[in-house]
Amino acid sequence: MSRIEANHLPRVQKYSLRHELWKNRASYLLMAPYFILFFLFTVIPVLMSIYLSFTYFNMLEAPVFVGWSNYIKLLLEDDIFIISLRNTLIFAVVTGPVSYMLCLLFAWIINEFRPRLRAVLTLVFYAPSICGNAYMVWNLILTGDRYGYLNGLLLRMDLINEPILWMQTEKFVLPVLIVVQLWLSLGTGFLSFIAGLQTVDKGMYEAAAIDGVKNRWQELWYVTLPAMKPQLLFGAVMQITQSFAVADISINLAGNPSVNYAGATVVTHLLDYGSTRLDMGYASAIATILFLLMVGTNKLVQKVLRRVGE
Amino acid sequence: MNKMSTASQHKPVDTRPEKIIKLEKKMRRKEGGKKLNRSMAGNTLLFIIMGISGLFMVLPLVMIVNNALKPLDEIYQFPPRIFVRNPTLTNFSDLFVLMNESWVPFSRYIFNTIIISLGGMLGHVIVASMAAYPLAKHKFPGKALLFSMVVLSMMFSWTVTQIPQYLIISWLGINNTYAALVLPAWAFGMGLYLMKQFMEQLPDSLMESARLQGANEWQIFWQIVMPNVRPAWLTLAIFQFQQMWGNTGGMFLRNEELKPLQYALQQITSGGVSRAGAGAAVTFIIAAIPIIFFLICQSSILETMTTSGMKD
Repeated sequence: MSRIEANHLPRVQKYSLRHELWKNRASYLLMAPYFILFFLFTVIPVLMSIYLSFTYFNMLEAPVFVGWSNYIKLLLEDDIFIISLRNTLIFAVVTGPVSYMLCLLFAWIINEFRPRLRAVLTLVFYAPSICGNAYMVWNLILTGDRYGYLNGLLLRMDLINEPILWMQTEKFVLPVLIVVQLWLSLGTGFLSFIAGLQTVDKGMYEAAAIDGVKNRWQELWYVTLPAMKPQLLFGAVMQITQSFAVADISINLAGNPSVNYAGATVVTHLLDYGSTRLDMGYASAIATILFLLMVGTNKLVQKVLRRVGE
Repeated sequence: MNKMSTASQHKPVDTRPEKIIKLEKKMRRKEGGKKLNRSMAGNTLLFIIMGISGLFMVLPLVMIVNNALKPLDEIYQFPPRIFVRNPTLTNFSDLFVLMNESWVPFSRYIFNTIIISLGGMLGHVIVASMAAYPLAKHKFPGKALLFSMVVLSMMFSWTVTQIPQYLIISWLGINNTYAALVLPAWAFGMGLYLMKQFMEQLPDSLMESARLQGANEWQIFWQIVMPNVRPAWLTLAIFQFQQMWGNTGGMFLRNEELKPLQYALQQITSGGVSRAGAGAAVTFIIAAIPIIFFLICQSSILETMTTSGMKD
């Protein structure tokens, strides 16, 4: 063994990379189709977006390098961007952690039930996140006249005297959108938690009971959460990315532009410049800021979550 | 003889601490489905939380179903009622009439959706699984880097890359074809991630014995790995379907005869009062189909999600 190693050592050092690449050609060939497409449609676009953010580009002429001017305009002159950035951060700070907690809480409670009931409840809670544009049903609930369900209910209970124009009243737009977003947010992360909870070793609960864990709350904290840390990390990525990307519900429920930009988010602002005003350099600057915001938050939260239980 | 009788008279002395003996009794008593450490008060509390939040989650879905069955006069009724009183299927027949009136035959939209969804699903499952196998089971330079790039790609949404993606698709000359929607979908990050995590738990001996019998990696992938990860590829297919199903073609498909069903349905829902009935039927169909698919595959999806965790 040691003699073979000694013989090969000098050559391995010299040709190791090329040799390794050739030796593993089967692996690279298997991965090639995916990663060609991945580079083409994800990696290169991210790099292009960063490059374009330093240019003026209207899709008709070649991009012209303009340095930091898009960013300076964004941060210092564009009031709507500041409003949309503020809205996005409110969205992320509220719906991110809250939806994460809800995913965990519901998954944990659902896990307490018997398998058949568990399957039904999983479906009920997960369904909103997969039923496409069906959240448009909230338009009926929030209709501004007395035919709206919410207005109808509040009128009948004599809590209000006249119907409220929910999506046309500035102070209601963001809170209502947050509620709808929460309704939609029990997605992949939630499924991951449910699955993770089912894999926690039953023996660990018995061992914990012997060690003095007295109730389910302690059990959750000392046994369950540490055991499903990998799922917790995965769920965090799902919920954070989702909470920064809010746009469709804002456009479809509050309109674009919404009243006084009360429902504007970074993504709606991006779409405004990207598909309406065709100022691609400027839109790319917005996209780059969004990219940094999403990835930065994700990395930070990953770091914090990894410390849990260490 | 004497020895045996004394042994049967004396119970074996339990030298374990009192606490454990008690606990064991408790556990034995609770056998039959019940779990440890559960109090009645806690159960009630959780039941109430679940009831209220379950109601909140399910109510809009109940409205979707009921609206689809309401005659027009019940849709515009004051005070609004959630539950339908005279259920009817006229909304669906109205939808059918509308479909036949449309400029592009409605079957064309359905055909487009099937092509786009099937193309996106099949390609994604195959391409992502092929890439997941080496990432899960082989050792080679660049492995960690490639995988961490895929994980990174799950940390931002597609809106970030939309503009350059459009430019690349135009540059490839596939704008305004099915490929403009299908090809990018093949390289979604989450599918590869879930598949790789799932494949990691396959025992290495499985592949090793095939290798000893002279199978190459391509054969191992198709004949050993793929049959063993059925829950995972079902999951990838369903998740991909959910993505493709909501796609309206957006800026990538301009020709009316290439647009998917979702686009046609959205045109109907935005039709206002005159189409409120048909619109309700449309909303029902949009919501029902992904839910049905999930219902069928729920156990496979949950099995896949058990390995979804991020280890390091």
